[in-house]
Amino acid sequence: MHSAFEEKKYSKKFDLVLWKKLLKFCIPYKKKMILLGLFMLALAGVDVLFPLMSRYAIDNYVIPGNTDGILWYGLVFLGLVAIQALNIFFFIDIAGKIETHLTYDIRKKGFLHLQELSFNYYDKTPVGWLMARMTSDSQRLGSFISWGLVDMVWGGSLMILIAVIMLILNLKLALITLTVVPVLVVMSIYFQKLILKAYRKVRKTNSKITGAFNEGITGAKTTKTLVRESENLKEFQVHTSQMYRSSVRAAILSSLYLPAILTLGSIGTGLALWFGGEGVMAGIVTYGTMVLFISYSVQFFEPLREMARVFAELQNAQASAERIFSMIDEVPQIKDNSQVTCEFGSIMKMKQENWPDIEGRITFDNVTFSYKEGENILENFQLDIKAGETIALVGETGSGKSTLVNLACRFYEPNEGSIKIDGIDYRERSMLWLHSNLGYVLQTPHLFSGSIKENIAYGRLDASNEEIITAAKLVDAHGFIKKMKNGYESEVGEGGAKLSTGEKQLISFARAILTDPRIFVLDEATSSVDTETEQLIQKAIHTVLEGRTSFIIAHRLSTIRSADRILVIKNGKITEHGNHKELIKQKGYYYNLYTNQFMDEQKSIVLNA
Amino acid sequence: MKKFKLLWNFMKGNRSLYVISILAVGAAIFLRFAWPMVLRVTIDSIIGNKPIETSGWMQPVIIRVFDLLGGKSVLEKSLWMSSIILILLTLSRGIFIFFKGKWSAIASESIARKIRNDVYDHLQYLPYDYHVKAKTGDLIQRCTSDVETIRGFLSMQLVEVGRAIFMLFFALSFMLPMSVEMTLVSLSLVPFIFVFAVVFFIKVKTAFKASDESEGRLSTVLQENLSGVRVVRAFARQKYEIDKFDERNVEYRNLTYKLIRLLAWYWSVSDFLSLIQIIAVTVLGTYWAASGIITLGTLLAFTSYVGMLLWPVRQLGRVLTDMGKALVSIERIQEILNEPIEDMDEGISKVKIEGNIEFKNVSFYYEEGHLILENVSFKVKKGQTVAILGPTGSGKSTLVGLLPRLYDNQKGTVKIDGIDVKKISKRVLRENIGIVLQEPFLFSKTLKDNIRLATTEAEEKEIFEAAKIASVHDVIRSFEDGYDTAVGEKGVTLSGGQKQRVAIARTIINGSPILIFDDSLSAVDTETDAAIRRRLKKLKNKATTFIISHRLITLAEADMILVLDQGKIVQQGTHLELIGQEGLYERVWAIQNSLEEELSLEDEGLRESLENDENLKIS
Repeated sequence: MHSAFEEKKYSKKFDLVLWKKLLKFCIPYKKKMILLGLFMLALAGVDVLFPLMSRYAIDNYVIPGNTDGILWYGLVFLGLVAIQALNIFFFIDIAGKIETHLTYDIRKKGFLHLQELSFNYYDKTPVGWLMARMTSDSQRLGSFISWGLVDMVWGGSLMILIAVIMLILNLKLALITLTVVPVLVVMSIYFQKLILKAYRKVRKTNSKITGAFNEGITGAKTTKTLVRESENLKEFQVHTSQMYRSSVRAAILSSLYLPAILTLGSIGTGLALWFGGEGVMAGIVTYGTMVLFISYSVQFFEPLREMARVFAELQNAQASAERIFSMIDEVPQIKDNSQVTCEFGSIMKMKQENWPDIEGRITFDNVTFSYKEGENILENFQLDIKAGETIALVGETGSGKSTLVNLACRFYEPNEGSIKIDGIDYRERSMLWLHSNLGYVLQTPHLFSGSIKENIAYGRLDASNEEIITAAKLVDAHGFIKKMKNGYESEVGEGGAKLSTGEKQLISFARAILTDPRIFVLDEATSSVDTETEQLIQKAIHTVLEGRTSFIIAHRLSTIRSADRILVIKNGKITEHGNHKELIKQKGYYYNLYTNQFMDEQKSIVLNA
Repeated sequence: MKKFKLLWNFMKGNRSLYVISILAVGAAIFLRFAWPMVLRVTIDSIIGNKPIETSGWMQPVIIRVFDLLGGKSVLEKSLWMSSIILILLTLSRGIFIFFKGKWSAIASESIARKIRNDVYDHLQYLPYDYHVKAKTGDLIQRCTSDVETIRGFLSMQLVEVGRAIFMLFFALSFMLPMSVEMTLVSLSLVPFIFVFAVVFFIKVKTAFKASDESEGRLSTVLQENLSGVRVVRAFARQKYEIDKFDERNVEYRNLTYKLIRLLAWYWSVSDFLSLIQIIAVTVLGTYWAASGIITLGTLLAFTSYVGMLLWPVRQLGRVLTDMGKALVSIERIQEILNEPIEDMDEGISKVKIEGNIEFKNVSFYYEEGHLILENVSFKVKKGQTVAILGPTGSGKSTLVGLLPRLYDNQKGTVKIDGIDVKKISKRVLRENIGIVLQEPFLFSKTLKDNIRLATTEAEEKEIFEAAKIASVHDVIRSFEDGYDTAVGEKGVTLSGGQKQRVAIARTIINGSPILIFDDSLSAVDTETDAAIRRRLKKLKNKATTFIISHRLITLAEADMILVLDQGKIVQQGTHLELIGQEGLYERVWAIQNSLEEELSLEDEGLRESLENDENLKIS
């Protein structure tokens, strides 16, 4: 059922279709982006003006030795500076706004889609992978688009403006000074790609180190018993030395780039001084112009570097976009057809008023099912469960017990045949309708961060305090909750970490019972809890199942024994069925299971009495 | 100051590299400052007609070179020489920049490597009990992100401090001789810009923290939603989850935007102040130059210097706040390193262990008055099998843990072959005592490597042999890659019983004279359990074996049974002896009878019910 997840390789070529899809995310910010572009243009414009101001000062004040109007000059300069400060404020502000909002939109869209994707997707996709798409990838895209735009518009226009002004002022000098530019461009892009690649390797090695630390710490006890400390260190040092090498390599590459580009750039400056200086002496070029050319030749390289970086990052951003879209474009395997949605509503807009009542009769009619093509788990499966009946499923791990539950809950749908609720194919009703009538308790209880009260109320959002307390009392959770410092307002911690397993189980029962479901699904816990809580849980199970159609993946004898029917599942087939007494009589799998289990349970009772 | 001391200690072995990196920075800055001086001479005295300025400590050198190259008459015809000098200056500055980058990377990366190795090594030698109680998440956090913070600081920021100091030093020494007035003008706003930067970065820390914490909350909601997808769907809570996520998403967006807006304020104000500083220099400089007080070259030199100075001054605020973070991280790492470690080699190291064991009045406790083991005494002969039975928390694991000194008892003595274990080195003990833990940990290596974990040079034959004894050979063979199958994330997921059997194989491969199974056959079925024990008994050098188990057959077959309750041995003897005594052991054995009773009752009930129940047919 869980196939190994493989990350597909992403193309390196520029993918136009992908960027068009991405562009859709930018539509709401069209105006802001244009405005941002204008600010960047203005920023570049003023950047270009500063050296021109110096040129003016040299040619009009310094060289002729004239100080008239210098106050005005200062005021104009001040005005430019004020404008530039405003430009800086607004461009950072707007780019920040675009970045954060774009990232927000991508996340929102991704999350919305994740709520619709079916379990087949979740079964094959690790949570960590999804987390990475929703956090770092969306972040990278948002910042690449906004700050990439900043750097491209600013850098591009600054370089063009500088080149144009130089060409206008002195064509020959401009051409001479700019000869180094093509080399610089090629070198910059080449270097930035190398640098990026080197740092990617560093990050990869880094995650290996994290993994090694993880293993070293969680496996420390085992290491001690095997006296393997020095061997482990040796293996660990392989990783840290690898990290050392790749980090130093990456650092060397980036410290090679700056000197290389500076030196190449200084050739441009040298040319400007040489030919400009000769021009000055010949009286063709003014001092101001020469100085301007020297300044421009220096100023040219920062935008160049930034743009090269953006080009290099393009590939990474594209990979992020591909990964995000592979998630967003995934079609949910199971969804309501449009007719059903129309009548009963969708996730965002449920039409509860149209939902029929539910009795709880479940029929598996000729169901054939497989997770993978050609490997049928169920074949022509027939099962009729009366409303209010309790079915216990027993069998080894991986025998297919959970498949039945998954199908009954419509987490998966049959490939052939149908499953009927109250005689009607459940595909003709909405999923939400079924799930709203479902109580589900997992083997390992899953709680959400927040208070105990919030967690119980997850079963019915509009439940009053009294109802919540009643539900807790029904499953005997009230006692321990009251004993906690903040009672029902106590925080459960991330994933319920502040509670014991038994307490979490009781809360999850309370949560399920608050829904007052017609159909109940219970995946009984195997983990042992203390005797007292165990008894509370047993009692809770019986309370909860009372009068509901229920499916239990059962492990405890008392639960199994009290079921109306027991199905023994082996390799996806029902090998034994009947009630407890019948199955004991058969002396088959169930008989063995029961006797072993009986011994274990009794022993723990005797030992812990 | 104590924290700086820690930082200094960590830098041991790489301090000289840092010194030369900082010196390289100094050299690069010097060359950068020399650059405008060359430009100044070229503009003023080669292109222009002014005599070369004489004040300033670099001027004699410049004049010497100027004369050496042939003076103005030659130089004005070959202006390219000035250009070459400028390019050479940049090139040599580039070389220094490169070496600074290389050396500081080597220094910081080797420090990071050293910290990582030290912490890893230290963690491994911390006592067993430390790891039983450790908070794994927090430890990993310290080992990874705290080390990263320190590395970042050492590689980027530390040298920055050096840069700022050199910058100020050279700025003053180059500027002052040219013009005191211009120097004052050039530096007038620098203190304000610096203070503004420091204050800002201290203030903005809270905004950074708020944004980080909000990101944490967002990931929590996401993580809980994804890992709890079954609950979400089963309760049809998609809309609720979407709203919850949106709330966090909006919060994170707004806080991050707020942070960026703060940065927008910072950069615009700080750029404004810096540009004002530049205006002041340009306008006043132009005025003085026009009035003939300074030369054009001097004016240009000053405008270059101001531009150079402002950036590091603004960065310094950030460096100082980052330093705070790095010092906190260093402290957190040091906390781990301060935990006392075990000495593996203290005590007798040359001893052949046979396997005769004696516990004499042994007591163990964590806190005085709260005994985990109380007055435990028993003797085991070489090659015997001891089974231990007792309720959860009765001290079974602690008792067996005393043998390889995972714990040290406070009272009484534990002797192996007549020698107090406390006198034997831990290494010898652990190499001679194989212990299989209840929840064994397999490393993410191949199965083969997992089995030969403790004896790296074990041959394939020995590996197979061990796996056969542990009844896991056939299981491993059934995998596609056999013994080369990887365990863990990128490989197979083994069931609990399979893991236990691999762990048994890797323990018995050593041929230890003493073996301990700490409830480590619990997930293996009864028949396999029996088969493994039978094979172990047949081995040539039968080990003295301790088995913690609740399995009746395992207990019955042992040479001696210890029944433990609340840290005390309440019963001790062979199966035949104990079965006749009133007590826990007898009661556990009685369960078998109750099962028979239970089943026969069922049979009677069954007969009755079958007669009058027609409803049990399955469709």
